[in-house]
Amino acid sequence: MSSSDVPYDGYVVDARGVRRVFGERAVLDGVDVQLRQGDFIALLGPSGTGKTTLLRILAGLDTATDGTVVVPEARSVVFQEPRLVPSRRVWRNVVLGASSARKHRAEALAALGEVGLATHADAWPVTLSGGEAQRVALARALVAEPGLLLLDEPFAALDALTRIKMHELVAQLVARHRPAVLLVTHDVDEAILLSDRILVLANGTIDVDVTVDIDKPRQRSEPRFLELRSFLLDKLGVVPSAAAPALAAR
Amino acid sequence: MTTVELVGPRADTTAPGVPSQALSPALEDLSPTPSDRRSLAGLAVWRGRLLRFLVPVALIALWQVASSAGWVSPRTLPSPSTVIDAFAELIRNGDLQRALPVSLRRAFTGLAIGATLGLSIGLWAGLWKLGEELFDAPLQILRAVPFIAIQPLLVAWFGIYEQPKITLIAAATVFPVYLNTYHGVRGVDAKLIEAGQIFGLSGRRLSFRVILPTALPQIFTGLRYALGTSLLALVLAEQVNARDGIGSILLVANLNQRPDIIIAGVIVYAVFGVLIDVVMRIVEKVALPWRVSVQL
Repeated sequence: MSSSDVPYDGYVVDARGVRRVFGERAVLDGVDVQLRQGDFIALLGPSGTGKTTLLRILAGLDTATDGTVVVPEARSVVFQEPRLVPSRRVWRNVVLGASSARKHRAEALAALGEVGLATHADAWPVTLSGGEAQRVALARALVAEPGLLLLDEPFAALDALTRIKMHELVAQLVARHRPAVLLVTHDVDEAILLSDRILVLANGTIDVDVTVDIDKPRQRSEPRFLELRSFLLDKLGVVPSAAAPALAAR
Repeated sequence: MTTVELVGPRADTTAPGVPSQALSPALEDLSPTPSDRRSLAGLAVWRGRLLRFLVPVALIALWQVASSAGWVSPRTLPSPSTVIDAFAELIRNGDLQRALPVSLRRAFTGLAIGATLGLSIGLWAGLWKLGEELFDAPLQILRAVPFIAIQPLLVAWFGIYEQPKITLIAAATVFPVYLNTYHGVRGVDAKLIEAGQIFGLSGRRLSFRVILPTALPQIFTGLRYALGTSLLALVLAEQVNARDGIGSILLVANLNQRPDIIIAGVIVYAVFGVLIDVVMRIVEKVALPWRVSVQL
């Protein structure tokens, strides 16, 4: 993998012809993804289609078998689990990567303030709820002002009410920090709510690339929202009437 | 209240001809009864504490009664009061004061050597592939040897003074520390390590910030286990040619047929064991504050 100070064509993420082969199977078979600063892309696809593999390649946690991958040096990931180090207090987790945590305490506190957890700075991670821990993970991801923020189903383990609050928080923070964002998710509504563009992965390639042309803040009840939703569900192989039998019955 | 409202409409839906029994399953009343409401919880806690205290006291009392009544011969099992007299005797003639530091020094020297070795090799094998390849196989083989079996060898190699005793204790303690350190380090969640790497940690910093602190609870388990084992090894080591220490008190008492002194010596070993456990618990509480809130 090469790193570059000058992104070409204005892209901060430029991945072309990405292939990733596990054994005999090409999980990714020629995927192109380009992102400019401030772009928010959601990546949908049935389980096992390589969404997370693509995210891990862009994060630098995995290496593509083939293709070119250029990403910002400063990258952050929020995983499905918070992945906080249990032996470090909350604020020290936020500045986990800093050469000296103590010198960066102010930054940690500011980042925790942004996610509404300034009062929990000195708590131990075990004392946090799932939603709080995930907000700490978000603060940790944003504190270093990453050029690329990778979100790997970060809301999947949260309860429905916490998830709604997290959607708003992420939208706010992304609007303020303007990194390029790639969100991997199973949740079609979440993808439409948050992203500017939605990609659907199928059979190792990008099957659908659709721009979300709805003004923010978006309402789930808007006709265009519902239209996009059934289009995407259809592409994901979910028959809408089967997905909502309760609605059909009423 | 809600239940009452629900029963009504449900009963109404009973189709004609269908026995109502089919729609009303056997019910059980789980509402709190007056005796549930009376707080028995506090009482149960106190009963627990009282019994924990009373049962050992009752056993000692029974022991004393059995001795006083002549049910057991004092040559087989001397009475508690005789054992207390034996303690007084050991302290009066200074035997105990001389023996304690000698035995403790042996145990701690052996333990310090064993634990240091176990910790260093465990960290090396846990953190570096090369260390694992070099040390894990031989240590797993050696671990299968019961350390008690090597005592005659140690006497043959190192003679009868301090060296074989300390070596035996070190040999007995190196394995629990090694195994728990190695597995503790290896067992650190790969996802946590990955998160550390994403945020720029690698090498020494990754080890000190993520891997070692997370492995610490298991390393402590190994240390605690090793402390117990060191005591076992101490007792064994002092049984052979001990000129001083608690073991020699036991040997001399055995030659002189003084079961009261033997029991006193055994109690000293037991007190060591309890103290070790208490100290380790305190050390763990202090060293692992982030676990306290879940452990309490």
